[in-house]
Amino acid sequence: MSEIVLDKVWKEYGDQIVLEQISLTIAARAFVALVGPSGCGKTTFLRLLLGEEAPTQGTITLDGVPLVAEPGPDRGVVFQRYSVFPHLTVLGNVLLGKVLKASPIAARLFGAKRRAAIEEARQLIAEVGLTGAEDKYPAQLSGGMQQRLALAQALIMRPRVLLLDEPFGALDPGIRAEIHVLMKRLWHETELTVVMVTHDLREAFTLGTRVIAFERPRDRPEERERYGARLSRDIDIWPPRIAGETSIYAPDRADPVIPLSLAQDDLAPRGDRVS
Amino acid sequence: MRWINLKPGRATSVALMLAPFALLVIAYGIGSAARLAENPGDKLLPALQSLVDAVNRMAFTPDVRTGEYLLWSDTAASLSRLVAALGIATAIALVTGMVIGMFPYIRALLAPFVATVSMVPPLALLPILFIVLGLGETAKITLIVIGVAPAMIRDLALKVLELPREQLIKAQTLGGSSWQIALRVVLPQILPRLITCLRLQLGPAWLFLIAAEAISADSGLGYRIFLVRRYLSMDVIFPYVAWITLLAIIANFALDRLRIAVFPWSNLERGA
Ligand SMILES: Nc1ncnc2c1ncn2[C@@H]1O[C@H](COP(=O)(O)OP(=O)(O)OP(=O)(O)O)[C@@H](O)[C@H]1O
Ligand SMILES: [Mg+2]
Repeated sequence: MSEIVLDKVWKEYGDQIVLEQISLTIAARAFVALVGPSGCGKTTFLRLLLGEEAPTQGTITLDGVPLVAEPGPDRGVVFQRYSVFPHLTVLGNVLLGKVLKASPIAARLFGAKRRAAIEEARQLIAEVGLTGAEDKYPAQLSGGMQQRLALAQALIMRPRVLLLDEPFGALDPGIRAEIHVLMKRLWHETELTVVMVTHDLREAFTLGTRVIAFERPRDRPEERERYGARLSRDIDIWPPRIAGETSIYAPDRADPVIPLSLAQDDLAPRGDRVS
Repeated sequence: MRWINLKPGRATSVALMLAPFALLVIAYGIGSAARLAENPGDKLLPALQSLVDAVNRMAFTPDVRTGEYLLWSDTAASLSRLVAALGIATAIALVTGMVIGMFPYIRALLAPFVATVSMVPPLALLPILFIVLGLGETAKITLIVIGVAPAMIRDLALKVLELPREQLIKAQTLGGSSWQIALRVVLPQILPRLITCLRLQLGPAWLFLIAAEAISADSGLGYRIFLVRRYLSMDVIFPYVAWITLLAIIANFALDRLRIAVFPWSNLERGA
């Protein structure tokens, strides 16, 4: 469905080799957590998958088709910051993807089409727990709310692949646990292959089906430029987590997860969430 | 407490705000009285009463020759030039600035050219404009446009380039085409800046307007000031300068209000 295959991918910026020899197959509906020291090329890796950057050598295919060298609607993304549009309200942000798809010239929707799109957007907004905040601007939301908004905004496109770059890094542990629950549910419910960069090992093992690590094999200062990071660890989580199925062994053992409805501290009223 | 932490209260603020203005008026009054005491025919610092008389004559009495109220007809002439020029400059700046900021090819083509043009001193071009375009309105409006547009273009292009890269990527993952991204992501975020940009260019725009009017015109605020200069009519010049200043302040304030009213989000960002 949405298998990503990287074959001997290298990425260099000028003289500096950032990534080398990355060969990796990411199964459809996997949840890959990517960890590694700062500056080792995790964001660069996501940029390659996004199509924002092209590999210097090697190929990346999505379902056997080489990636287009441009971001597209089949790959959604949530960055650590700046993922939502400051000039649009919560509703406007979530709606934007729909609008752009349906209205190539005017980039606006009217009448019945607009109502239908709003309906869909509202459902998604409810799903990420932002009901009640539809008319707020991002600057009026907390960091956690903004990231949930970014998720909803990306998910309305029904992307095959979702790329997350330290999306929850700036959030406090309570809110983070809450978003983890949400993230897990969304992954179970939608046809998504997820690649998430994180600095937090615990997060990686809580959410992932597979944890991979990048590391530079040689890290002496004088060698740094000439040797890129390689894939140094590749761990499948045991017992396996499978999208859409609850694990019989140890359902979500890693975290003392706080239920979503209790930990929520924003304006969204509780209980009317679609789940 | 440290000085940087001492903040005036509301009443103090108002008093402080008014103080320099009051001082100016008082200094003028004293200077004027002193000069007039020495020489009742002095024209340099006319008494308050003569200023009031001049305002009456210019604003509320029809001119004997033309039957027009000069202050108002001058204001109308100047403002129509200013509005036309700023309208044209704004339109040019918006389109050019956006395409320079968004499209690398157009940036390569136009950015160095605009940078060069913006270095040409506009007043040095004035004789050329008068020769080529004649002495009419076109030359004056062109001068203002040439004077303010390059700076606005560069400012807007920079603003587009300052948009976080993440936003443009995000818009592409939402399926946006270049046109859609220009329309729904870049343009709305640029418009508040355009207004601010326009505000900052009000000063230069007035400068070029008055320069052009001083040289060739038959009406306008700048024209009048330079006309009555020959008769040392400070009693007319002072009120005209004050009036121009007031117009500029009002425009400045109105544009800022407009920005906040139309783009409320642009004020949230700064935590204001
Ligand atoms: N556009 C670029 N031009 C030149 N060098 C770059 C560019 N982008 C990234 N690099 C270099 O590539 C290396 C990897 O950067 P990257 O942002 O991928 O690191 P990261 O693993 O995401 O780090 P962090 O965990 O701190 O976010 C860095 O040494 C950086 O200097
Ligand atoms: Mg990074």
